[in-house]
Amino acid sequence: MDSEILITQVLYGGLGLVLFLLGLWSFIVHDGLSRKLIALNVMGSGVFHVLVAIAYRGLEQTPDPVPHALVLTGIVVAVSATALALAFGRRLEERDHA
Amino acid sequence: MSSSLLSLLVKVLVVALGAFLGWALWDGLSGHSGVRLAEIALVQVPESGASNPVTSVLLNFRGYDTLLELAVLLTALLGIWSLCPAALPYPPPGLLLTNLVGWVVPMLIIAGGYLLWVGGQAPGGAFQAGALFGAAGVTLALAGHPTGGLPAESHQRLLATSGTLVFVLMGLGCMLLGLGFLTYPKAIAKWLILTIETAATLSIGLILAAAFLGGHPSAGRSHGL
Repeated sequence: MDSEILITQVLYGGLGLVLFLLGLWSFIVHDGLSRKLIALNVMGSGVFHVLVAIAYRGLEQTPDPVPHALVLTGIVVAVSATALALAFGRRLEERDHA
Repeated sequence: MSSSLLSLLVKVLVVALGAFLGWALWDGLSGHSGVRLAEIALVQVPESGASNPVTSVLLNFRGYDTLLELAVLLTALLGIWSLCPAALPYPPPGLLLTNLVGWVVPMLIIAGGYLLWVGGQAPGGAFQAGALFGAAGVTLALAGHPTGGLPAESHQRLLATSGTLVFVLMGLGCMLLGLGFLTYPKAIAKWLILTIETAATLSIGLILAAAFLGGHPSAGRSHGL
């Protein structure tokens, strides 16, 4: 394994890890559905970051297609899951104000 | 337990988890391993019916997983529709945004179609194209279009289910030919993948746009879902 590739992977993967932890921290500490949802999405972005970093194998080589495929579908699923959570939130709001 | 102590505990736990995950990441990246999945996948790409490795993985090697992902999207939309009617449309915007949207939306649709077609050979495919179609719907909704440019509800139902439906039908077709579920015969793999991707693109685009509207299209509402 080329050390230059390793440094790039660790740098980007480590940043993804930091994003994940920041999101986790917010998710635990802050109240309110919207804040928790944003925190969850930040966590998800961190995970995608790590996966893309793992897939990197130097500029000359094709990246590993498997993590890329996971991230692609993951993004779309995360968006629709967030939309579902927001719909739940709206429904709860309506119930509280009824 | 006081709240400051609890907060300190959470901090300690998050940092400890971070340290552990960091070590795991480092160990996984620098550790010596045997043949990675990437090599196995890349060797098999010529057999898959798509020359773009990511598309091969998504639609062929991991086809079953992608099928279930489309089912997850459909389920999310059903959940959203079950919970509440769609939000009220945005008020009509100013002249500038109206004109901008008139330019942007056709571009998004053309770019989406291109991404769908190019997905077989280069980066692109159903999920990217679907995201652009969804973005076109979101843009229209933000510009005050009441349904985000989406068709009537019966058509929406058809489009939302088409991805999962076509995927399953193709899988069953492979079984009729005496192969396994979603084991495409090599001769027609390309066309099977393109058919599935087209249906999946329409599904994903519609589901994302409808999810943004945030509820059941209440026009022409019948007996629930």
